[in-house]
Amino acid sequence: MDNKITLAHGNGGRLMHELIEKLCLKFSNKILNEMADAAELNVPGNKLAFSTDSYVVKPLFFPGGDIGKLAVCGTVNDILMKGAKPLFISLAFIIEEGLELSTLDKITQSIKKASDKAKIQVVTGDIKVVEKGSADKIFINTSGIGVIAHRGRHIGAKAKTGDAIIINGTIAEHGIAVLNAREKLGFVSSIKSDCRNLNFEVGRCLAASKNISVMRDPTRGGLAMALNEIALSSNLGIEINEESIPIKQSVKKMCDILGFDPLYIANEGKFISFVDKKDASKVKKAMGKNARIIGKVVSNHKKEVQLKTEIGSSRILAMLESDQLPRIC
Amino acid sequence: MKAPKIKLMEVCGTHTMAIARAGIKKLLPDTVELTVELVSGPGCPVCVCSQSDIDRAVEVSRIKDVIMTTFGDMMRVPGRRGSLEDMKRKGSDVRVVYSSLDALNIAKGNPQKKVVFMGIGFETTSPTIAATILEAKKQKIRNFFVLSNFKLIFPALEALAGSKKNKIDGFICPGHVSVITGSIPYEKVAKRYKKPSVITGFETIDILKGIERLINQIKNREYKVEIAYKRAVKKEGNPTARKILGSVFEASDSEWRGLGIIKKSGLKLRKKYRDFGAETRFKVKIPKTRKMRGCACGEVIQGIKSPRDCKLFKKTCTPQNPVGPCMVSSEGSCAAYYKYG
Repeated sequence: MDNKITLAHGNGGRLMHELIEKLCLKFSNKILNEMADAAELNVPGNKLAFSTDSYVVKPLFFPGGDIGKLAVCGTVNDILMKGAKPLFISLAFIIEEGLELSTLDKITQSIKKASDKAKIQVVTGDIKVVEKGSADKIFINTSGIGVIAHRGRHIGAKAKTGDAIIINGTIAEHGIAVLNAREKLGFVSSIKSDCRNLNFEVGRCLAASKNISVMRDPTRGGLAMALNEIALSSNLGIEINEESIPIKQSVKKMCDILGFDPLYIANEGKFISFVDKKDASKVKKAMGKNARIIGKVVSNHKKEVQLKTEIGSSRILAMLESDQLPRIC
Repeated sequence: MKAPKIKLMEVCGTHTMAIARAGIKKLLPDTVELTVELVSGPGCPVCVCSQSDIDRAVEVSRIKDVIMTTFGDMMRVPGRRGSLEDMKRKGSDVRVVYSSLDALNIAKGNPQKKVVFMGIGFETTSPTIAATILEAKKQKIRNFFVLSNFKLIFPALEALAGSKKNKIDGFICPGHVSVITGSIPYEKVAKRYKKPSVITGFETIDILKGIERLINQIKNREYKVEIAYKRAVKKEGNPTARKILGSVFEASDSEWRGLGIIKKSGLKLRKKYRDFGAETRFKVKIPKTRKMRGCACGEVIQGIKSPRDCKLFKKTCTPQNPVGPCMVSSEGSCAAYYKYG
């Protein structure tokens, strides 16, 4: 079959060579065009951020994005969270025999668009084809390198008592959009994945304040898990106001119907900043018009996240114990 | 003067979760004048499913050519031989569906397989399954079967209202169930057992309103049924849904975890629809029910014990490794106590 990936596309022969050439052409840049076994990189400065992630999302295309866009934005955002400027990315495909070539084409086009937008170069890559049934259509791994120009380290352990916690917008859209597409739940909704790179906002934040102690993108596990991880690694407490957490009504209602807690649902275009409270309003402004201050770091209830509920009570916002399952009624 | 101590039961699991999520218990009066305590009831369908119901589903899922379908919550409930999730890991074809119609579609797409739907739930859920069976009959789909573990809420409410063990002063009645049943069936419970009953919605403000009305009734020594969720519940309920339910199912005795066998508290298929019954189609040997040692789910469901009184709570019984169903279900009271503190 001409229009499908076959094992021959991964066997090292002519077909594979042609496919790689075609892909390289798409991402054409000086480093990649050398077609060497490894990319030679010129990197300014001496402190690098390096991150890797694999993408296995199902379905491959969902409202607001696709596996290609996700594979670029996910890795780019991880580098950004270190306060680094992303420069280079690797791209490795594991493809199941039988994948339509047109699907691969659509995905690579999306990767190209996303990498251009994030101002990052694809400098090395790999393709493996596996037998039907050994993978689910296509898996992508990307690794990225960025340079750290900023002084801070932006790791969870750096959170300080009194820091304000700011999020750049509404939560839980990626997880719900993908779930709705995957399970064909039949909800007619305008909920789209928030998948996108955060270059612009992160750049503005770092320019706005030198007192950002932590940045984190709450992807898998959602906002609740990101906050819990920071509370644990900083050995401090976190206090969150439920009412200040931005969430679209449509997302909230869909979570209610399915029995999901939106605080544990994945985001792909959101980040939280922990910043000295004197710079909080500056950083909030830098994070965009939908940014909200959602809480603060406290010295009591160490390693624990407390949620102040809308009626003025409080409860623990715990770690996610196991996958959320759709409930019955 | 001795402080009035009011003990209210939220019957529905969705209420249990909403109460925990909003932190309502921490704000309830606990003073010399008035103390209000909330306990969870039997309205989480996963929690009241008997051990043998779960074991039967597990055994059926092991039969060759069976695709077992169920709601997500049921996947991790442990049976004697393991959970449905364990069976899936061992090679059984077990799938989570969001509606029984999804299960029917799986049956249509896999005519060589036998598709079984593990049906649980109260009057909210069962009419949709009755409708699915009617649809299966209409479309002449013969490889779709239902394990009927449905429960009716009122016989259980009566059993609890009549029990001396739990000392419940009033019921926060389930909003979703009442959309179907209406408010009339609660009158018997309220009058005969002198238990104020308020049908309540699920937003925080709805629940607070429900609690307030119950306290007022108790103070005024009234025992009536009130609807504090008028935007969804009518006195007469949804007669169309009840008619569909009644055309496919009839009441039968049913075993409840913690409450034992309650007369006419379950649903079985009417004769006309018996071919869709998985119990008759698949004869399986079920391991003898043995109470799990130390597990207090039975007492928790009856409002006699709090999850914290259970010796296994947070020790051997956690959401990762649940011993009893109240820890498995996302709406179980043990899970609520574990998650929200």
